[in-house]
Amino acid sequence: MKHIVKIITLLVAISAMWIGLLEMSVVPRSQTWLLSIYFIVSLGCYGLLMVGIGLMHFPTCPQEAVLLQQDIVEAKHYLKQRGVDVGSE
Amino acid sequence: MEDVRPEGGAGDKYSLIVPTYNERLNIALVVYLVFKHLRDVDFEIIIVDDGSPDGTQDVVKQLQQVYGDDRILLRARPRKLGLGTAYSHGLKHASGNFVVIMDADLSHHPKYLPQFIKKQQETGASIVTGTRYVKGGGVHGWNLMRKLTSRGANVLAQTFLWPGVSDLTGSFRLYRKSVLEDLINSCVSKGYVFQMEMIVRASRKGYHIEEVPITFVDRVFGSSKLGGSEIVEYLKGLAYLLVTT
Repeated sequence: MKHIVKIITLLVAISAMWIGLLEMSVVPRSQTWLLSIYFIVSLGCYGLLMVGIGLMHFPTCPQEAVLLQQDIVEAKHYLKQRGVDVGSE
Repeated sequence: MEDVRPEGGAGDKYSLIVPTYNERLNIALVVYLVFKHLRDVDFEIIIVDDGSPDGTQDVVKQLQQVYGDDRILLRARPRKLGLGTAYSHGLKHASGNFVVIMDADLSHHPKYLPQFIKKQQETGASIVTGTRYVKGGGVHGWNLMRKLTSRGANVLAQTFLWPGVSDLTGSFRLYRKSVLEDLINSCVSKGYVFQMEMIVRASRKGYHIEEVPITFVDRVFGSSKLGGSEIVEYLKGLAYLLVTT
């Protein structure tokens, strides 16, 4: 099943539930379109929240830059001795 | 980090495909580090150079003198022909049963190769992918804007695609050769969207995918290749994957 089909199925299921609630007068008819608004707004908020959290906990590794520099020095030294051109650009 | 020394299962050979364009200095460093970290492993490095004007191929030939032209294969192309085709091209010359794809600019550090191999051996996975976004992994050299776009892109992809991996655009991966062949034949995108398509299709096809945290140090030498139109390209790619996978 293509992914988009899964998503559409999910949306259809949610809409069906909402229509059910409308039919049963649990939700007043005047607020028919509220689901779409709720849905989009919550999705947006969820997205922003995830981005924010992710940004706060973005894993960084400054020590890796140092290690990399050491590796580069070691590599250049070894290769230069063996005739590989490692002059800087 | 403890030193991981895999022995490579009996008969396993790893073909490392490294596409290059103007990576004259970096390719030498990468090759040195690969040989340093893969001591007891049967491997070959396939360098697919797209006609670099900076003399990358000359440096590769010098490296072949040092390490042997049975371990370092230069399979060049006349000009820039794209990443996806670079992998297919490299794959045609790969004699290993496992293939690793990695960048030449040192953002993918060869020291993780033993961990990729070990993970594959332990789990029998068809694909082992490096992830920068979990604990133990990380990025260095990105400013806030870059982190924001990366995080935003990731949240979008996770929310809508449910890809099954934490790092969708990463391209440091180990594949079983037959699996890579299958995926390359199934994917049509270009550039880094191609990387996304590969891993999403792999997930959809039910291939066993494992992740290894990796650290990614951005661009020590050479110029960066990320710009604003990449965002549009990404969104188009996401929409495409949403509908076709």
